[in-house]
Amino acid sequence: MSALKALLIRDMKLAFRVGGGALIGALFFLIVVVLTPFAIGPDLALLSRIGPAILWLGALLASLLTLDRLFAADYEDGSLDLIMTGRAQLELAILTKALAHWLTTGLPLVIIAPLLGLLLNIDLAAMKYVALTLLAGTPALTFIGLIGAALSVTLRRGGLLLAVLVLPLTIPVLIFGVAAANSAIIGPVPFGPPFTILCGLSLASLVIGPLAAAAALRHGLE
Amino acid sequence: MSFIDLANPTRFLALVQRLLPWLAAATVLAFAAGLAMAFNAPDDYQQGATVKIMFLHVPAAWLSMFGWALMSMAALGTLVWRHPLADVAAKAAAPIGAAFTLMCLVTGSLWGRPMWGAFWVWDARLTSVLVLFLMYLGLMALYWTTEDPARASRAAAILTLVGAINLPVIKFSVDWWNTLHQPASVIRLGAPAIHPAILTPLLVMALAFALLFLTLHLAAMRNEILRRRVRTLQLMKADNA
Amino acid sequence: MNLGAHADFIVAAYAVAIALTVALIAWVALDYRAQRRILLELEQQGITRRSQREEKP
Repeated sequence: MSALKALLIRDMKLAFRVGGGALIGALFFLIVVVLTPFAIGPDLALLSRIGPAILWLGALLASLLTLDRLFAADYEDGSLDLIMTGRAQLELAILTKALAHWLTTGLPLVIIAPLLGLLLNIDLAAMKYVALTLLAGTPALTFIGLIGAALSVTLRRGGLLLAVLVLPLTIPVLIFGVAAANSAIIGPVPFGPPFTILCGLSLASLVIGPLAAAAALRHGLE
Repeated sequence: MSFIDLANPTRFLALVQRLLPWLAAATVLAFAAGLAMAFNAPDDYQQGATVKIMFLHVPAAWLSMFGWALMSMAALGTLVWRHPLADVAAKAAAPIGAAFTLMCLVTGSLWGRPMWGAFWVWDARLTSVLVLFLMYLGLMALYWTTEDPARASRAAAILTLVGAINLPVIKFSVDWWNTLHQPASVIRLGAPAIHPAILTPLLVMALAFALLFLTLHLAAMRNEILRRRVRTLQLMKADNA
Repeated sequence: MNLGAHADFIVAAYAVAIALTVALIAWVALDYRAQRRILLELEQQGITRRSQREEKP
């Protein structure tokens, strides 16, 4: 357990120090959200209707694009070999790295989302629910993105190819995340069912993501 | 010849060369019968003559899913048993599966224009097939951009299996999303109760398409084995030079 | 045979299906020829697989 704790602390330190990418994801999120009104016009009624969708798309892109280097950096400096041969189970080590990534990139997104909701004219009472869907849904994005991050090490290739491979897998999360957020604002569906399914997706990806990423690393790095 | 013997690519090649002419002939015969029956089938009372598009669309849809199932089994073969032909089978199936998925999408769209009044509606089934098509294209891109075939096939195997788990979830989500957004006024193909006059040609066409898939797949596997030989020899040549 | 009011769409669907099938067959056939040609060229240069090399002096 202490090995995993050390890994968590190391990854979070690395993310916040020079060269780490902790807040870049949040900055990217901010820019995506600010760009959208330029594309569709400053119509406040329209913005408040599609606001949750914009926030969700921004969060999706921000969390997947920052995952690109999760294992690649460790592979280059050799620490991935240590993690793989270490005492901790590889799946758990990967889960720990994912948790560190979510705490340094996913959680900041959730925290600044209410501020961005102001820009998109989302009602403050509803914004609580939108932030809640992001809190429940962004871990799923991180765990799905893990698979892409592991493959980018074994394929020695990142960026667009991985986005192409991983983005279709995130469709269910996007559907239920936006549906739950919208149901809090415009209805007519109650908030409960889509939100519960969203939590279910997060839990399922918590299992599938680390398993698949560990398999990718084991089979790819031999 | 047992299944183990087929692990030897040379024996597999010999078997394929013997089988291919017969399979090709069977495919042609099945298509001749299927098309003849399809064009003599009565019109549907609701869809009129456009039901003839269904004789292409439905088998293509079945095979688009069959293609992914085949690749998933091959992926297990790659990861669990390291069967040397499993990589080859998975890689050869991807473009063929993608082509059948595209055929399903285009014929569906051409059926939808007269029936629904639009080439594309965000109907649950169409949308799920579109996602399947995107995933096929992603896998092809992976093979296309990775030089080392062993590396590419292991990565592809993992993605194929994750996709196999995810596809039913995507289908479920899209169904849910669709009922939320779309008025349920679309005409649907009368589900299980299809009249035998239409069902029989449909099944014969499905058989013909399945034979076509099998023939093309074996031929593409043969090409892939040869491509790997070429690669090995070229690497040897580069070593000697 | 009467294809009804939507004959164009039916013909187009069959045309697309035939075009895709022909494209697949052409891809498989051309690819086969290309790989065979390269293998033959390599063999003529004396580069063969280990399993075939024992026969040579």
